[in-house]
Amino acid sequence: MLWQESGCTDRKRHADRPENEDCSEWGRSLTCRDGFQPRYGRCPGWRVSRAAAPDGLAIELRSIEYHLDGRPIVSAITFKVAPGETLILLGRSGSGKTTTLKLINRLLEPTSGEILIEGRPQLEWDPIRLRRRIGYVIQDVGLFPHWTVEQNVGMVPRLESWPEARVQGRVREMLELVGLDFAKFAGRKPSELSGGQRQRVGVARALAADPPILLMDEPFGALDPVTRAELQREFRELAARLEKAIVFVTHDLREALLLGTRIGLFAEGWLAGIYEPEEFLHATDAEARAFVDSLGAGSVARVSHPG
Amino acid sequence: MSVSFWNFLISHHAEVLSRTLEHLLLVGAAMLVAVVIGIPLGIALVRRQILRRWVLGTANVIQTIPSLALFGFLIPVPFLGGIGATTAIVALALYALLPILRNTYTGIAGVDPAVLESARGMGMTPRQILWDVELPLSMGVILAGVRVATVICIGVATIAAAIGAGGLGVFIFRGVAMVSNAVILAGAIPAALLAIAVDLILGLVERKLTPSVTGASAFKSV
Repeated sequence: MLWQESGCTDRKRHADRPENEDCSEWGRSLTCRDGFQPRYGRCPGWRVSRAAAPDGLAIELRSIEYHLDGRPIVSAITFKVAPGETLILLGRSGSGKTTTLKLINRLLEPTSGEILIEGRPQLEWDPIRLRRRIGYVIQDVGLFPHWTVEQNVGMVPRLESWPEARVQGRVREMLELVGLDFAKFAGRKPSELSGGQRQRVGVARALAADPPILLMDEPFGALDPVTRAELQREFRELAARLEKAIVFVTHDLREALLLGTRIGLFAEGWLAGIYEPEEFLHATDAEARAFVDSLGAGSVARVSHPG
Repeated sequence: MSVSFWNFLISHHAEVLSRTLEHLLLVGAAMLVAVVIGIPLGIALVRRQILRRWVLGTANVIQTIPSLALFGFLIPVPFLGGIGATTAIVALALYALLPILRNTYTGIAGVDPAVLESARGMGMTPRQILWDVELPLSMGVILAGVRVATVICIGVATIAAAIGAGGLGVFIFRGVAMVSNAVILAGAIPAALLAIAVDLILGLVERKLTPSVTGASAFKSV
């Protein structure tokens, strides 16, 4: 990892031994940044907002296969995502897009193939550490009903032992980022929030520890159309500001065209193709045409120039 | 001439109190065993669904055995058996097991899958998920199971007197032998009062320990 993230105060020495995250070997007292206290010879809570891979890729999948009870669910999935990109996984229900998403944060294990996260093979990562560096937003949000909004958003920072003052500052920042007034919402429980507010908290929670990668599984699918459009617009602006690698699953082409820098089309467990949004509208693939047709006649022009 | 209930109570108050204490000790010990075995076992059943049928089935069968018969079956068992308190505690713990097991299983299995998925996806360890998510959210149901089990235990413990374990059942059996209502009531009424009191107290504990999922402004329109 980069020296800045290790918390080591001696840059040159760390550069000589980049695999050594723990500066204590050189007998120096460890000084960690931002008020963290060293634990077990290393600095907790370091954060990177850019992927540290040598070729800059945040996520890379190579020929991924996932089989369940002998049946192939996804086959030959290969793609790359760089920081700042939003890759949409678009497909019908059951086409394997959610499965692929879950392979990235190791909620499912691939049957064969390789996944590289930030340049390192996924198998080299401790699964818990991996998941804490990946923000995860799902359709049903999954906020803890017995925790307040503040506790929910501060979840991963607290798991990572951030100093309490820093956690609270970060929660405040995140709630503002998603458009929720801290004073009004911090002490509420999820049951007191509307669907749109809950998903905003879900996004805030996913971003709280500043992970370089964000995985989103039809996050706006359960919302009413007005709220959905609102959140889509706000998310688009947000994503443009944050330099994160985002993988976004949806079955809504409109959403894909609005939010994606690239669209990966899934059909029956295969990746039919990866397109730029403009390309997709003029694609010749049958499945792609089916999606474009589902938008309805005359809407192609409107959709290809989202306001 | 049968002595009236109140007269009997007053003249034998010391024995009534000591038998009540004995009764409480039997129930307390049995509940401790049942909780220590039942809750972890209930959690294990959620993790390993294969065990579920066997374990719940066995507990169900035990519940259907008439209590006097169960006490009787356990007497010849070495170490845990014999006449006296040990056998009674083992039998009572077995009776208390089913409500606790079933409620723990239902509580843990009933946690919203979306909550579990997001907890796992965000990087909580299995232990953190158990202690910070599953148990708090199932606490209400689990404690209800403990409460029901305790009340059942208090009732069944009256049979313990038949195998020499003491408790309020002593009065009941004595009263039956003497054909004296007053003596029977001296055992039955305190037992019933005990059950009611424990039910109320554990109900309060249940309310206090169940984390609230509704906030202060739950009824304000948002």
